[in-house]
Amino acid sequence: MLIRKPSEIPPSQITSKSDYMNRRKFMAGAAALGAAALTADRLKNIAAPREAVHAATKLTTVPSKYSTTGVTPTTFEDITTYNNFYEFGTGKSDPSHNAWRLKTNPWTVKVDGEVKSKKEFDIDALMKMHPLEERIYRHRCVEAWSMVIPWVGYSLSEFIKQCEPLSSAKYVQFLSFDDPKEEPEIFSVNLDWPYSEGLRMDEAMHPLTLLTFGLYGQTLPNQDGAPVRIVLPWKYGYKSAKSLVHIRFVKSQPRTTWNEASPQMYGFYSNVNPDVDTVPWSQKYERVIGAPFWKARQATLLFNGYGDQVADLYKGMNLRTNY
Amino acid sequence: MSNRAIVILKFIVFPACLIPFGMLVYRGFTDTLGPDPVATITHTTGFWTLYFLLISLAITPIRRLSGKLVWLIRFRRMLGLFAFFYGTLHLTTWVWLYSNFDVHAMLHDIAKRPFITVGVTGWTCLLLLAATSTGWSIRRLGGRRWTTLHRLAYVAAIAGVIHYWWLVKPGVHTPWKVTAVLAVLLLARVAWQVKESARKRKVAVAA
Repeated sequence: MLIRKPSEIPPSQITSKSDYMNRRKFMAGAAALGAAALTADRLKNIAAPREAVHAATKLTTVPSKYSTTGVTPTTFEDITTYNNFYEFGTGKSDPSHNAWRLKTNPWTVKVDGEVKSKKEFDIDALMKMHPLEERIYRHRCVEAWSMVIPWVGYSLSEFIKQCEPLSSAKYVQFLSFDDPKEEPEIFSVNLDWPYSEGLRMDEAMHPLTLLTFGLYGQTLPNQDGAPVRIVLPWKYGYKSAKSLVHIRFVKSQPRTTWNEASPQMYGFYSNVNPDVDTVPWSQKYERVIGAPFWKARQATLLFNGYGDQVADLYKGMNLRTNY
Repeated sequence: MSNRAIVILKFIVFPACLIPFGMLVYRGFTDTLGPDPVATITHTTGFWTLYFLLISLAITPIRRLSGKLVWLIRFRRMLGLFAFFYGTLHLTTWVWLYSNFDVHAMLHDIAKRPFITVGVTGWTCLLLLAATSTGWSIRRLGGRRWTTLHRLAYVAAIAGVIHYWWLVKPGVHTPWKVTAVLAVLLLARVAWQVKESARKRKVAVAA
C-alpha cells in the first residue's frame, strides 16, 4: 500500500499559507469587480477555488467483492460540491466553500466505553490497519436524491476487532468533530453538536459497513467527511457520520442527532424504505444527481437495493414502526 | 409620476421580473442547473413566488409613507401576476418532475402531506386572484366585494410561508427571513389601522 506522505511533496510546490489566503482575498475582490461581466456559472468557480483547498493524497486500493457492480459513479465534481454537512452551512455548496477550515492533520480517533481498554488511534495508523478497498456504493439521502460513490476504506468490523469490545457492548456510537470554527448561519440551524450517530453491534459488524478514508482513489475532501467517516449504503445518508473523532461502545441505544431533533421523522434505524416516509415528502422515488431534470426520477429500492445482504439483520422486525 | 413615465417604467419592470425565469431557461439549455437540477428549478420558482407575493404586499404600506408614492399601486397587479406565474411553474415541477402526472399520487399527497395541502391552497388563492385581476372583474364584482376577495393575497402569502416551514428539517430555520418580512408587512397594516382610527376619533372629537 502506498500512501504519499506530505514530506514527499517538494516544499517548492507547497503554496505558503499567506499566499493562499491572499489568493482567496484577491479572488473575492476580482469576483466582485468582474461580477457584471461574468456568467453565473463562471463566477461560481472563481469565487470558490476548490482545487486550492483540497490537498488530495492518492490512495492505493485493492478490488472488493462488496463493491456494487453495474452502476455508473456520480462525477467527482458533484460528489464534492453537493453535500449535507450542516457544521459548515445548510446550503448544498456551503461545505465545499467552508470545510477547508477543518484541520484534519494531526487527527486521532478515541475509542472507549465497553472495551477491554481505552485506545487512541492516529489517522495514519488507522489507514494502515487493513488494505484499503475500493467500494462503489449507492448513496441515498433522506431528501430523496441519490448518488453512486466510489469510496475507499475497509470494513468497520476489521477495526472493531482491534478495539476489543466487551460482550456488554450492544451499540456503537460515532461522534464527529466538535469544533465548528464558526457558526455558519446562527439563525438557520439549531442542532445539538457534536453530530452523533449510532448502530446496533450487528449492523456495525456487517461487512458492508465501511470505515472510509477516501473517494475516487484519493483521500476524502473535507466536505465529504475527512479524514475518516462511516458509510452505510442501505441507510439514509445522515447515518453515515463524517469526520469522526470518538467511537464509543455502549450498552444501550445512543443518542443520534436527527432523532433528537425529531423522533417522529428520524428513527434510529433509518433504513432506506420506499414504503415508509416519516418525513414530509415521499420516499418512493429519488432524483439521480447529475441526470438531466426530465429523467432524474428513479424508483427507490428497499434497503437501497442491498436487501440481499442486509435484510437478515432486521428479520422479524416491523420496518414500519422501527423506521 | 406622469402616466408616460409609468408606462416606460412598466416596460422596464416587466422584463426584469422575467429574469429569474430567463436564467432558469438559459441554465437549462447550457446544462448548468447544478448537480440537482430538479431541486434548483423547484427552489428557484418557489422562492420567487414568495418574493413576488411579499413585494406586491409591500406596495400598500410603502405607498402610505408618502403621498408622492401613490403611483406604486399601478404596479401591484403586474407583480401579483408574476407571483402567480412563478407559483404555477413551481406547481408544475411537482405535477411533472415529482409526480410524473400521476393524478392518484397527487391526490394522495394533497390528502396526506400537510406541506403539499397548504402549498396547493396557496396556489389556488393565487389562481382566484389572477382570474379576477382585470378591470372587468372589479366592475362585475363591485369594489367592496372585489377588495374582500383580494384579501386572499394574505392567505396566499401566509400559506406560502407555512409551506416553507413545514418542508424544512427540524432544527433548520432558513425560512425565518421571509417570515420576518411578512410579519413586518402585516404589522404595518395593523399599525396603520390603529393610527387611522385614532385620527378619525380626533376628527370626531374636534367636530
